[in-house]
Amino acid sequence: MAGQAQSIGEPSSLIVAPPRATGGIAGWLHQNLFPSPLNGALTLLVLYVLYLVIPPVVRWAFIDADWVGSTREACDREGACWVFIRVWFDRLMYGLYPQEEIWRIHVAYGVVVVAGALLFVPRFPWKHWIGVFLLIAYPVIAGYLFVGGTLTISLVHLAVGLALIGGTVLRVAPAFRGQAWSGAWGRVYPAFALGALAWLVVGGGLLDLAPLTVSVQLWPQVETRLWGGLFLTLVIAAVGIVGSLPLGIVLALGRRSDMPVIRAICVAFIEVWRGVPLITVLFMASNMFPLFMPEGVNFDKLLRALVGVTIFASAYMAEVVRGGLQAIPKGQYEAAEALGLGYWRTTGLIILPQALKIVIPGIVNNFIGLFKDSTLVLVIGLFDFLGMAQAAASNAHWLGFAIEGYVFTGFGFWIFCFGMSRYSQHLERMLRTGR
Amino acid sequence: MTDEGRQPVAGGIVSSEVMIEMQNVHKWFGTFHVLRDVSLTVHRGERIVICGPSGSGKSTLIRCINRLEDHQRGRIVVEGTELTGNLKRIETIRSEVGMVFQQFNLFPHLTVLENLVLAPIWVRKLPRREAEEVARKYLERVRIPEQASKFPGQLSGGQQQRVAIARALCMNPKIMLFDEPTSALDPEMIKEVLDVMVELAESGMTMVVISHEMGFARTVAHRMMFMDEGQIVEASPPEEFFTSPRSARTKLFLSQILSH
Repeated sequence: MAGQAQSIGEPSSLIVAPPRATGGIAGWLHQNLFPSPLNGALTLLVLYVLYLVIPPVVRWAFIDADWVGSTREACDREGACWVFIRVWFDRLMYGLYPQEEIWRIHVAYGVVVVAGALLFVPRFPWKHWIGVFLLIAYPVIAGYLFVGGTLTISLVHLAVGLALIGGTVLRVAPAFRGQAWSGAWGRVYPAFALGALAWLVVGGGLLDLAPLTVSVQLWPQVETRLWGGLFLTLVIAAVGIVGSLPLGIVLALGRRSDMPVIRAICVAFIEVWRGVPLITVLFMASNMFPLFMPEGVNFDKLLRALVGVTIFASAYMAEVVRGGLQAIPKGQYEAAEALGLGYWRTTGLIILPQALKIVIPGIVNNFIGLFKDSTLVLVIGLFDFLGMAQAAASNAHWLGFAIEGYVFTGFGFWIFCFGMSRYSQHLERMLRTGR
Repeated sequence: MTDEGRQPVAGGIVSSEVMIEMQNVHKWFGTFHVLRDVSLTVHRGERIVICGPSGSGKSTLIRCINRLEDHQRGRIVVEGTELTGNLKRIETIRSEVGMVFQQFNLFPHLTVLENLVLAPIWVRKLPRREAEEVARKYLERVRIPEQASKFPGQLSGGQQQRVAIARALCMNPKIMLFDEPTSALDPEMIKEVLDVMVELAESGMTMVVISHEMGFARTVAHRMMFMDEGQIVEASPPEEFFTSPRSARTKLFLSQILSH
């Protein structure tokens, strides 16, 4: 009652303090940093901790750091010795790759950067073809760029190989225009592809093709034991990523197959590879595998590691993809089947696009994990980015700069992983369809 | 109900050609006997509306027609082709039999137009331009041509169901199956879907519809069917079905759904 009386009778009591600012800097500070005494105290505490931590770090990394010089003696100040990184930079980037051949790595990087940038151009019309190029042609080109040496090719094989590529392009081209695969060629294609592949694999043994063989060497060979640094990390990660996704999808589909044998094989494969540590896989690939091979047959150590990493990663990928498959409602399968789309078209056009979209965060999570796990190749004597940093830090002339090495490589890994993370968020935004 | 005022769709031409023939069909889910000795013949141009309590096997029955479910005993012949384990044949039949689901089941990652042209392109091998022409024609017919480039998630339930009907029609089917097409819709959207279905009926399409929209059933059905416990309990023309049902079970069911 008193309140009522006041508001009617005594105007002076209507004078109340204005509401505290909600806009402007003061409002923001109030809302976000000091909404209550406890939160205010926490804000102050955090500020104090930052005050304790940041200045020394900045001083170490920038102000007191040594930036110029080329010897250990240049590092006489309190802070970080970035001269160490500068001196070892080429090793950290390329391992023991010969100096005069490093342009080959740069060319391969450059192609990826250009192609990748084109993928980001909205409405760029040939994105599909860039994808095909990056996934099929590029690995071959980059492989020869990196390895080099004498390439002995039978002209017959070359012709068959080119015909296979051309035929495949013809076969899939309509799909990129949102068109069904073309009729007549679509029917002949499986037989053609199988025949061509069979020829490429065993054809050389049937006929003596030596007279029709050419040898080319565009640039000298660089053995894989010389590969190292960030370059090696990127090779392992890229092969693992590009290889594990399709293999993982196949395994995930197999695990959900109606056919018991296929399902059993996929389950066994996934559980075996997922159940052993990557280090074990790499050791097996590096030390045990050659024992099982016949005399004289020897695969490159890096190649074995790549296969091991890819298979290992694909087992994880399979389970991520399976999670996505399970999230697709049964009605989607039924609707697709009711329209007469068979298993493969239902899977390829309806189920996988949705399932993969759902698990983009999981897939990228796996990619990031794989990227960082690639550093385990150190245990089989391959010196990746981190391995090189450790090797440099244990060089007799440069003892004591391990921290600089770790900070630098850590930062390098972070850039790539953060990039992948951002890209995945970009993809998710692009694929959002108002659901 | 929604369309009490509607004139019955003129008889239409029901030819003697048999489109669907089910003979003594049995089906079990585990030990549960869902379909018990069901026999049913549907002629070209005929429209059948099936009703019955949930769990009576209505859905299973029409899902057997395009083999989303397989039957374990008996014979099902659709358009002269018997349904067996032969996958190729099943896919052919499925492309001739359109189906509309209770939950629409549109493909959420594709636009409305893409939803419509997908099967014509990939199953019928139609050139894209032609498929799009057909699709736009049917979008026009279900009265949502302006929604072509939207995603299903951006449409109302009634619009989604009309897209689903158009999607099935784009395959130029000879038979349309409707599995409770309006049960998941808000009341004000039921009419727009039923209107489209009545138009379809007027065009002479062979239709098997599961629905409890009795006004609609009265308007379009040549034959009404009542299913209970896996059997077709009653099958008669609508006037007879609604006025003098023979079985007590049908009477009870009708009194329950018509009384509210």
